[in-house]
Amino acid sequence: MNQSATTTPSHERARKPLLRVVGVKKNYATPQGVLEILRGVDFSLEAGASLALMGESGSGKSTLLHLVGALDQADAGDIFLDDMSLATLGEAARAALRRETLGIVFQQFNLIPSLTVADNLAFQARIAGRCDPDWQGELTRRLGLAELVARYPEQLSGGQQQRVAVGRALASRPRLLLADEPTGNLDEATGEAVLTLALELVATTGCAFLMATHSARLAARIGRRALLSGGGLTLL
Amino acid sequence: MRQTLWTLATLLSHWRRHPANLATLLVGLAIATALWSGVQALNDHARKSYASAAAAVSGADARALVSTRGGLFAQDLYIKLRLAGWKVSPVLEGTVRVGDKSLRLIGVEPLTLPRGARLVSLREGEGIADFLKSPGLGFAAPETLAQLSEGAKTERGLSLPPPRALDAAPPGALIVDIGVAQRLLDRPERLSRLMLEAKGAQPLASVVGDALRLVEPDEDSDLERLTGSFHLNLTAFGLLSFLVGLFIVHASFGLAFEQRLPTIRTLRAVGVSSRALIAAMAFELFALALFAGGAGVALGYVIARALLPNVAASLDSLYGAQLPERLTLDAGWALSGLGMALLGAASAAAGGLIRTFRLPVLSVARPQAWREAHRRYLRRQALVAGLAFAVAVGALLWGGGLVGGFALIAGGLLGAALGLPVALAGALALGERLAKGPVTRWFWADSRQQLPGLSLALMALLLALSTNIGVGAMVEGFRVTFTRWLDDRLIAEVYFEASDDDAGQRIEAWAAKRPEVEAILPVFRTKTQIANWPVEVGSLRAHETYAEHFPLLEHDANVWARLARGDAVLVSEQLARRLKLNVGGMLDIPTEGENWSAAIVGIYPDYGNPNGQLRVDIDAFERHWPRAPRVNFSLRVAPANVTGLIRDLRAEMGPRLVRLVDQAFVKNLSLKIFERTFAVTAALNTLTLIVSAIALLASLLTLSALRLAQLAPAWAMGVTRKRLAALELSRIILFAAATALFAVPLGLFMAWCLVAVVNVEAFGWRLPFHLFPGQWARVFAIALLTAFLAALAPVLRLARAAPADLLKVFANES
Repeated sequence: MNQSATTTPSHERARKPLLRVVGVKKNYATPQGVLEILRGVDFSLEAGASLALMGESGSGKSTLLHLVGALDQADAGDIFLDDMSLATLGEAARAALRRETLGIVFQQFNLIPSLTVADNLAFQARIAGRCDPDWQGELTRRLGLAELVARYPEQLSGGQQQRVAVGRALASRPRLLLADEPTGNLDEATGEAVLTLALELVATTGCAFLMATHSARLAARIGRRALLSGGGLTLL
Repeated sequence: MRQTLWTLATLLSHWRRHPANLATLLVGLAIATALWSGVQALNDHARKSYASAAAAVSGADARALVSTRGGLFAQDLYIKLRLAGWKVSPVLEGTVRVGDKSLRLIGVEPLTLPRGARLVSLREGEGIADFLKSPGLGFAAPETLAQLSEGAKTERGLSLPPPRALDAAPPGALIVDIGVAQRLLDRPERLSRLMLEAKGAQPLASVVGDALRLVEPDEDSDLERLTGSFHLNLTAFGLLSFLVGLFIVHASFGLAFEQRLPTIRTLRAVGVSSRALIAAMAFELFALALFAGGAGVALGYVIARALLPNVAASLDSLYGAQLPERLTLDAGWALSGLGMALLGAASAAAGGLIRTFRLPVLSVARPQAWREAHRRYLRRQALVAGLAFAVAVGALLWGGGLVGGFALIAGGLLGAALGLPVALAGALALGERLAKGPVTRWFWADSRQQLPGLSLALMALLLALSTNIGVGAMVEGFRVTFTRWLDDRLIAEVYFEASDDDAGQRIEAWAAKRPEVEAILPVFRTKTQIANWPVEVGSLRAHETYAEHFPLLEHDANVWARLARGDAVLVSEQLARRLKLNVGGMLDIPTEGENWSAAIVGIYPDYGNPNGQLRVDIDAFERHWPRAPRVNFSLRVAPANVTGLIRDLRAEMGPRLVRLVDQAFVKNLSLKIFERTFAVTAALNTLTLIVSAIALLASLLTLSALRLAQLAPAWAMGVTRKRLAALELSRIILFAAATALFAVPLGLFMAWCLVAVVNVEAFGWRLPFHLFPGQWARVFAIALLTAFLAALAPVLRLARAAPADLLKVFANES
């Protein structure tokens, strides 16, 4: 049942993958018994490559993204980022990985309500020690947030909030951008616009991009797609 | 470090967006610290004053020789000791009245003062020759000096020596030469104690027999011992106010934690380590506590200054202790106040910090999570309440002393406070089950949801209300008892004090010839010491006045006849309790001669007296204390004749009378002293109530922001804003009313503890237990008014909320 997939095109095989997911399993205890969400998932992603993770609700897309994002730990298998095993990392090292190597965009935006748009945008870059005013200015302009920098999240629409979340995740120039249903809370047109901006910026930074979505239409815009189903992953 | 600083900046930005929450937190902590440090300032000030008064004469670590039998001793003993090579210096202390103020006279012999004594500077001053020559000089602290005029006279009409300023003099005292003191106090050749600088070659007993005993410097001074209970009571009140204030801080921190939970999760998700997060939160806590604590310490100083006159009046009237009017405090006091603020803030925020440390980065949303969490919280709270009650029962059964009494009160109050939300949750669940209409049902269910957010404020209100009832019942009970006791005790219509024994005899003879005088009752007084405790001895002349009126708690069947036989005594309640004396037992009393073994034939209440007291028959008194002054008398006169007799007595005896007053004056004075004694208690009681009102207001204000989201669905479904506001107001008033109902039995429990345990331990007397339903009604009304006022602003805000604000709750996008 377990399938492995690689997104590595033949002409890039010589390149070393940035992300390697090897035999990852994840279970949840429920009142009805143990629920196997991931039953041994394998795939890899090179630097600068993109992959859309598709699947029904409850198929394990978010779980896999959380594991890759060092937000949660696998029950079995391992995940390697630049050949560094996530399973061996302690809490502090995982936090360092999140702030210095990864950028994460959540479905619920997860902005800090007490900070302005400008401070939200700069926050991760600041704690990572990578605050670049020029890059932040460009992000602000390209995300169409220039007029909104002094506002607080509660004063923004959902689309605007998600644009800030994308900007925050990219402000530290991560090597891998993770997005968990980034348009799930937005209407179709706004979702399209946010994704377009995100893809443009991913191309600018050259970071790898892993996005979970249940929308085939949005996944089609990524180019490479994989389907999570029955706990296993299939490259489409 | 960079991580921690940015995280700290982010955490602090929360307060910028929630200023009401920040204000609540700071006000709560500042008030808690203020009441605590205010009370501590008063205690420190008083203790320093006692120590300074003691050190002025003796030096900080000097030993002293005092009479083994208590009271004064003969000057001959001093001469004998000096001749035997003992380096001792004589001191005579006493109180005179100058106008309407009392002045402590300290007679010293400057040339022999111990080297460590602060007053030794007297020797070096220019005025030493004048000090020793007639009429002498008096030295007083500058603030005491300001109250003394040149040529001021004592109540006996004797002129005080010209006063001069001396910084080293204790407050409220005048330092004079020992000879001058003996003359002004009418104690010729008598001394209070000898300050010891060095022992002589011969042992003490071989020089003076058993007349004197050595007092080590580490023994508490009389004032410290006497006032210990008073200061412990103040401390207990300060601590209670501090705890009530901490409820506010706890509620504010708890709310801030809940509000910041999503932010904390986001911070963790974007890479802030839990260590950096905890460090930032700890630093934030430290900064807030330092700021609020600093404000609290400053406010504490203001409170202490405001309360100082009442405390000084209480200490003066209760114990004769004089406090300087200027509050002097040191850095240690301020630092301990800040320490309490930090400790309080840390204890209030500890739960949030621990939860943050344990918080998983990912949370799984669970429906009705609050309900489960609240159930768990209530179970835990009920368990802790049970433990607190167990501590109270343990303190009642096995605890002893004042600390045991306070443990009983603390355990009972804490148990009841923690049990309040459990009981309210039960009552609300019952209300929900019995409700019929949909809105009523929602009202009860919503009230249950409100309980976690309001429970801390309600607990604070419960503590304040029950303290109000408890302390109020104690004070009112004391007032009733004291007034009745005064009526029984002050039976004679006229009281006078003669200037000396001769004048006393003359006036007695004059009064005996007056037809309107029905009886002359001499009340001679002296002092002794039993089991190292100061005891006053008073005389009684066998007369029906006493048999009919003198209040007795326990007595022998033939008490008055036995007393008249001259081999028995009446013992005051506090002395009986302290020495575990019973009617029928015997008591060894040190006298001016041999010890006197007397039968105890009665125990009488003597409220308000910190010393023990004995009453003996006049003949026995004269036999055992032949040198005691015979100057105090009372007269039985028909009320109609009182004014005329006083007028004639004053015209006839003028300078021979030190004091001449009627019964009404004495009663009035006693009641005034009573009021002053409890002025501090009343002030602290009111302050605690105000703190609890602030706690309730703070909780309602901070919760009101969250309430909008909870009330919006009801509004959307057709309940008007006005009705929602009315329901909100009734909910708060319902909570307050339920809390006040709980407060009544809890307050009565506290009153019982104060009357039956704490007062007995602290003062040695037990008051009858009185109930004051009118007072309960007043406290109930105060609770409702407090809740109404606290709820008014949030409720008005809700009633006036714009539809756009309510709609925001439903908007995910715009």
